[in-house]
Amino acid sequence: MRPKTVLPWAALAGVAAVLAACGGTAATGPSSSKNQASAPGITSSSITIGSTQPLTGVAAPGYDEIAPGSKAYFAYVNAHGGVFGRKIKYDYLDDGYNPAQTPTLTHQLVLQDNVFAMFSALGTPTHLAVVNYLNAEKVPDLFVSSGCNCWSNTSQYPDTFGWQPDYTIEGKILGQYVKQHLSGQKVGYFYQNDEFGLDGVKGLNDQIPSSSVVSKQDYVATNTSIGAQIAGLQQAGAQVVVSFSVPAFTAIALLTAAALNYHPTWVVTNVGSDPPTLGAFLSNISKGAAGGALATGMISDAYLPLVSDASNGWIKLFKGIAQQYAPTLPWDGNVLYGMAQAYTLVQVLKASGRNPTRAEVLKTLETVKLTGGPGLVPFDFSKSSHLGYAGVEVVKTGATGAQTALTPIYVTGNTGKIQRYTATPTKAPASGVPSN
Amino acid sequence: MRKAVGAVRQSGRRVPVASLWGVVGRRPLARHGLFAVLVAIAIVIFSYQVSSYTNYNLAEVAVFVIAAAGLTLLTGVNGQISLGHGALMAVGAYTTALLLKSQPNLAMILVLLTSVATTAGAGLIFGVAAARLRGPYLAGATLALALALPQLALHFSSLFGGEEGIPITPPSAPSWLGATFSSEQWLAWISVVAALVTLVLLANLMRSWVGRTLKAVRDDEVAALLAGINVGRIQVLAFVISAGCAGLAGALFAYWVGLAAPAAFSVTLSLQLLIAIVIGGLGSLVGAVWGSLVLVMVPDLTGSLASGLNLPSSIANNLPLAIFGLVLMVAILAFPGGIQGGLKRLAGLGRSRWRQHGLRRESG
Repeated sequence: MRPKTVLPWAALAGVAAVLAACGGTAATGPSSSKNQASAPGITSSSITIGSTQPLTGVAAPGYDEIAPGSKAYFAYVNAHGGVFGRKIKYDYLDDGYNPAQTPTLTHQLVLQDNVFAMFSALGTPTHLAVVNYLNAEKVPDLFVSSGCNCWSNTSQYPDTFGWQPDYTIEGKILGQYVKQHLSGQKVGYFYQNDEFGLDGVKGLNDQIPSSSVVSKQDYVATNTSIGAQIAGLQQAGAQVVVSFSVPAFTAIALLTAAALNYHPTWVVTNVGSDPPTLGAFLSNISKGAAGGALATGMISDAYLPLVSDASNGWIKLFKGIAQQYAPTLPWDGNVLYGMAQAYTLVQVLKASGRNPTRAEVLKTLETVKLTGGPGLVPFDFSKSSHLGYAGVEVVKTGATGAQTALTPIYVTGNTGKIQRYTATPTKAPASGVPSN
Repeated sequence: MRKAVGAVRQSGRRVPVASLWGVVGRRPLARHGLFAVLVAIAIVIFSYQVSSYTNYNLAEVAVFVIAAAGLTLLTGVNGQISLGHGALMAVGAYTTALLLKSQPNLAMILVLLTSVATTAGAGLIFGVAAARLRGPYLAGATLALALALPQLALHFSSLFGGEEGIPITPPSAPSWLGATFSSEQWLAWISVVAALVTLVLLANLMRSWVGRTLKAVRDDEVAALLAGINVGRIQVLAFVISAGCAGLAGALFAYWVGLAAPAAFSVTLSLQLLIAIVIGGLGSLVGAVWGSLVLVMVPDLTGSLASGLNLPSSIANNLPLAIFGLVLMVAILAFPGGIQGGLKRLAGLGRSRWRQHGLRRESG
């Protein structure tokens, strides 16, 4: 009996000795050149971030590629030295675009998975359900995947930051294009009945004279039958339809209009117009009867390099990383979006120093100008604004699904004039990882 | 009442402890109340041992217990099926949200009671219509309620906040509990107390003449009618009580989510409640507790299981739902009487073994 019990005790003593030795080396000198567990979710070797994404449900097709896109970029960064040697762990959960599901999952990420920050959480209605909670818990809520200007409420939500141009900015610049280049035509609106659609309409109304708007039709994201709305636009004789819709609803709208032999000029928000995503939707929904060709001639806007622009350094970089680290993902605007967001996060983390706290990362965003990213225009982050990119260019989808720019880049705010942006966009770094 | 008190005194003179237990054991209110207090103490201790996230889940279980217990009374005890309890929860949630919007500092107990009252009122209106319907027609009508009611929030979006709903600030813990006391734990306490109060009240109701009448109506309406029971009135009463429970659950659910939004109260929620009472054991309040535990814990487990398998995303994303469905089917096939039915059978087996063992010991 006795000899048997000696071994575990000896092993335990050995472990204790090793632990003591480790503790000894760690205790020799806490300095800023060493990685420390400086905040929840940050250890000496990793940073954990979390997100809620629609991986199933109505918003999933297309949008379910965003988080894998980000993850692919993080894998690339992790393989190239990480952030101060730390690996980024990205934990994203499926909320099915259901605002009732998001709070549970967000609680799980914050309380159980102990994430340093929320990153790229997708959806306006879904994220509105948790933004109070995240700010009460002082969890950095970075780069919400939604263009609602609600994220730039610095007094109420000091810890929340947007990323993409807000929908009012998009609406204003698209509206300006309609006013200047499609003048005299009857205009109809088609929009999602929530902050997303309503913010967009606000921007459109700012530019398009109300006398030329003949019909305004809305839909709710949970009901896919929109025949009545499209027929309403057709009956009102709208020659231009400006649409603030998610990809699935853009596709259904195009198919419904085609079935009614109704062929207006479509002007669609960036979030609902990515050609590869739309093409996949169109052929899926119509069971192969239609395809991306139905989106030919669609007018939209862009704030990132165009997905189809193979000569662009950023596209080369991101496409290469996607093929290497997420070979099953299609190459489209959603993947590009996720990777560009991930790039921004790495920029911020690098700019925040070796051992940042949550508050320090937020302060970096407000005070340090993040330049040198893939965006066409710089971020509009400051103490008084948490909006993301503040400008877009207007683009048109060609017959092959490739987009081309129709206008220069414009910048604007929620209110105020639209101005041309003339600085040349920055080039992608050779290493593929932000330097600062 | 006076007689009962007298009985305590009388018996108290003879063998104090044993007879006190006898009285507590014989009187449902005392017995259920004592049991609830013991459970409450156990849960309070438990809530200090576990993480904030577990407390958060505990609150969710309690919310489902309240709604499922109310549905047990209606469906299990009175035999009226309802596919619309999710919508009644929405009434409670929106009452809470609107009340807090106009009176942010209103005491929580008043908010909860108002939500119960409004939902019971909605239940009365619907119950009057429902009392005329039977079987599939009642199921159809309640399903229509589940589908239609959340749409009102979209239609009158200026009042109800449309798709995004109305945000609610979760109750913060009183300062005497200490600075480190989390809001999740506080909400868990409130929800558990509410659930226990609901269970005690319903358990007593089911042991009273009302309970017997409800069961009589369920088992044979004609016989109940001949026995002098006003069948319609009893059915409406069941609906009102059940709706009141749904209203309380809805109000706490709104606090728990931090939001009253139509998407939270879909048909799925109504079906989940039905699943909870069937899988827990139809007609039993303890079964409602089991069912709620399954409802909260199984998707959590299957979710982590699916993400641990390293499958392609298109499969991994949908796997949790598939496993949940499979678990439900297997559970129903293995325990037709629900979890509570299965446990009773096991307990019955155990008890007979124990008796045999005891007899052997006495004789030996």
